[in-house]
Amino acid sequence: MRYLPKSPSERQAMLAAVGAQSADDLFACIPAQYRLQRPLNLPGPLSEAEIVAWFRARAAENSLGFTSFLGAGVYNHLRSVVTDTILQRGEFLTSYTPYQAEISQGTLQAIFEFQTLMCELTGQEVANASMWDGSTATTEAVLMAERLTRRHRVVVARTLHPEYRQVLATYARNLGIAIEEIGYTESGQLDANALAAAVNDETAAVVVQSPNFFGAIERVPALAGIAHARQALLIVAVTEAVSLGAVRPPAEADIVAMETQSFGMAPSFGGPYAGVIATREQFVRQMPGRLAGQTTDSAGRRGFVLTLATREQHIRREKATSNICTNQALCALAATVHLCLLGKEGLRELAAQNLAKSRFAAAELARVPGVRVPFSAPYFNEFVVELPRSVRIVNDALLREKIIGPLPIGPWYPELTKRGLVCVTETTPRSEIERFAAALGRALAQPI
Amino acid sequence: MSDAIKKAGRHVSQNEGLIFEKSAPGKRGFELPPLDVPATDPRAALGEEYAREAVEGFPEVSEVEVMRHFTRLSTWNYSIDLGMYPLGSCTMKYNPRVNEFVARLDGIATEHPFQPQAVSRGCLEIMRTLQNCLLEITGMDACTLEPSAGAQGELTGLLMIRAYLESKGNPRRKVLIPDSAHGTNPATAVIAGYEVENIRSDAKGQIDVEALKEQVGDDVAALMITNPSTLGVFEPHIGEIAEILHERGALLYMDGANMNALAGVSRPGDFGVDVMHLNLHKTFSQPHGGGGPGAGPVLVRKILQPFLPVPVLVEKNGQPVLEMHRHTSIGRVRAFCGNFGVLVRALAYTLAYGPGIRQATEDAVLNANYIRRRLEDVYELPYKSASMHEVVFSDARQKKNGVNTMDIAKRLIDYGFHPYTTAFPLIVPGALMIEPTESESKDECDLFVDAMRSIAEEAATNPELVKRAPHTTRVGRLDEVTAARKPILRWKP
Repeated sequence: MRYLPKSPSERQAMLAAVGAQSADDLFACIPAQYRLQRPLNLPGPLSEAEIVAWFRARAAENSLGFTSFLGAGVYNHLRSVVTDTILQRGEFLTSYTPYQAEISQGTLQAIFEFQTLMCELTGQEVANASMWDGSTATTEAVLMAERLTRRHRVVVARTLHPEYRQVLATYARNLGIAIEEIGYTESGQLDANALAAAVNDETAAVVVQSPNFFGAIERVPALAGIAHARQALLIVAVTEAVSLGAVRPPAEADIVAMETQSFGMAPSFGGPYAGVIATREQFVRQMPGRLAGQTTDSAGRRGFVLTLATREQHIRREKATSNICTNQALCALAATVHLCLLGKEGLRELAAQNLAKSRFAAAELARVPGVRVPFSAPYFNEFVVELPRSVRIVNDALLREKIIGPLPIGPWYPELTKRGLVCVTETTPRSEIERFAAALGRALAQPI
Repeated sequence: MSDAIKKAGRHVSQNEGLIFEKSAPGKRGFELPPLDVPATDPRAALGEEYAREAVEGFPEVSEVEVMRHFTRLSTWNYSIDLGMYPLGSCTMKYNPRVNEFVARLDGIATEHPFQPQAVSRGCLEIMRTLQNCLLEITGMDACTLEPSAGAQGELTGLLMIRAYLESKGNPRRKVLIPDSAHGTNPATAVIAGYEVENIRSDAKGQIDVEALKEQVGDDVAALMITNPSTLGVFEPHIGEIAEILHERGALLYMDGANMNALAGVSRPGDFGVDVMHLNLHKTFSQPHGGGGPGAGPVLVRKILQPFLPVPVLVEKNGQPVLEMHRHTSIGRVRAFCGNFGVLVRALAYTLAYGPGIRQATEDAVLNANYIRRRLEDVYELPYKSASMHEVVFSDARQKKNGVNTMDIAKRLIDYGFHPYTTAFPLIVPGALMIEPTESESKDECDLFVDAMRSIAEEAATNPELVKRAPHTTRVGRLDEVTAARKPILRWKP
């Protein structure tokens, strides 16, 4: 087998060296009744070419050739081949967690650069080396706020991604954290008045997303004021990180929980991505996740190490700030390389292109008879459309024209049936936007 | 470099500062295609209240500089592609490149988790096939591929245990965890809302069955066990342990980190485990990537099936389908359906082996026993039970000259290896935890043994050489104390 670097004679020599007659002897320590007497019933073994053929056949059963207008927490953005070239270097791909700093300086310095970029983007003072994704980063931010304030209530915007809210609920249930949800106004933004009424002296944190699930940008400074008036913390979740190239960063937030998938990670049917938590320096000892810090060796050379490890599970065990061990390091490296390539001007231009594309799309769609763009708040690259009939049925028609249409939001917001979420990025050609609008018109013109 | 060092030699490596230190206005590394729709002014489109200027401090460098920067950084890392990582319980095996290739295919890397299931049949078939393989390997009844890492698998498993016990009227209060357990076990139990109670190991480093009988009361929800243990030893009383728990209404959780000793040879479902996780970045070859990503699928007995997190992969008319709602589910543990790209790689690995996966397990256990046999005369072996895929020595003999496990590990770097796991498990003071995996040839194992024997010799005759190691790296031992006391966690202009 090509992954096993032993010849039969070497196996024999090694078995002899350990005093075993056969490989079976090595498993004498397992009680006989638990030792398998049959080979496992598994597909394979497959040669390399057969593995490729098998997965190509699966790829052909997916959405090749379709144009997608989906966002909702996962975004199609341009990725440079340079990023993947770097990621595939064995020294990055196949290296371990950098606990032995002397032979992991490449990884550690890259993490330090990632942490810096995340601070600059979010307007926060310190960022960690990654969380599993935006949803778990948001959840861990809530747990962090609970530790910091010693309060057990959280007020959460309904405009926070529905799946993020579900994850938070799963964790909160067993930790005695009470969650209250606050609705939105006709602008599509969080209802600030309802929020002010809900926040009290038992509120650990207010959790909002910006741009929110409807694509609307929230008024973060005002929301921060409401939270801080009662000494609650403001947590801002960001699912579309490219938005920070044009939208004011949530600097007034106490904790930012961001998904960085938009920076160099393929959609890959849901993962792996990389979440990150960024916050104020005063909160650093309550942060979950790894942190790379700058230091020197005895000769005064600059180097980097994992630091503040007493927060973490391998040192503090049941008293750790989180159970996280394996994180999303290689994905965070993708984000780092991607952002270095884009740079200051590239990110700004990328964000501007997204704004231009989404506004063009909104105008095109609004011209289709029966279609409305109901929310009035400024948006980045996603917006909600309202159709005169079921979004799902319209999508079936669009699918026949190889278009993946608006994500129906009715399943999560029962009061918003006939509404769907549309995302347009720099990767969506104008011709496809126009084709989408035309196909939508045809679908709506069909008799019901 | 001494003659005793055979695997490594000196080499000039490039210096490189922080990317921010190379930045200058006007440089770009990536250009966008021209806009094909009318441009908008961001300030006008968003309004003054919401707009921002360009990000201050963001680097401005060319593609060449980015390529050189990260290439130079990469050359400062050790990696599996360079040689063995003898890290106990990490299972640092070869990461097959065909796995990387198929994960990047158009039609696989490109798929959006919210796209209609009608155009996702290939993704769902990948998940179903992997699920079935993992069920066969572990001998369990049902599976979720959703958890993002081993620690999240542990949490998912404990939450399912809680839900099951709640359905029986009492979730109970405590989880028993051995002192040899990985730190994620107790950390996870707390997040699941349980108290942690330690169960001690006996003189052989195994679960003390008599202590277990006393400790499993009505308030114990589960025992979290690693099997083989973090000493690399199979729990011979595992059947009895499961019985004791089950008799008293508690469940057995198995941390599957050491599955590399069992695949194709023995199945946790056959020896009484109720719920377990696997680390796809260990036994199933997902690259460690400098710290992640991984995945931590959870496998359960039938009784826990109703509590699987959503979405649940089920069969409808012979087709795999993701079910978004399940009334009894513990809920969702992450957005979307999991680290799908990691699942693809794990499946590619499993398909490469088929039933032959047993051979990998045999080679892994053979390598560990070979290394044990060739080092047990120079390093103290605190627990003498048969080793499976890993062996744990202690630094007791070398300590006599003031040389400890950390020093030996650092000196091993000069010999061209990554250190083994130091100072873990906690039940062995001064532990050297060594797991070669099946990916190491006899030659590499012999080089490792030679290096360790030479270091033992140095510890006796020239301890300062070991205590001041490493000597040949770009940086020496770094000041971790100052790094923690005065943290510098970002570059500042």
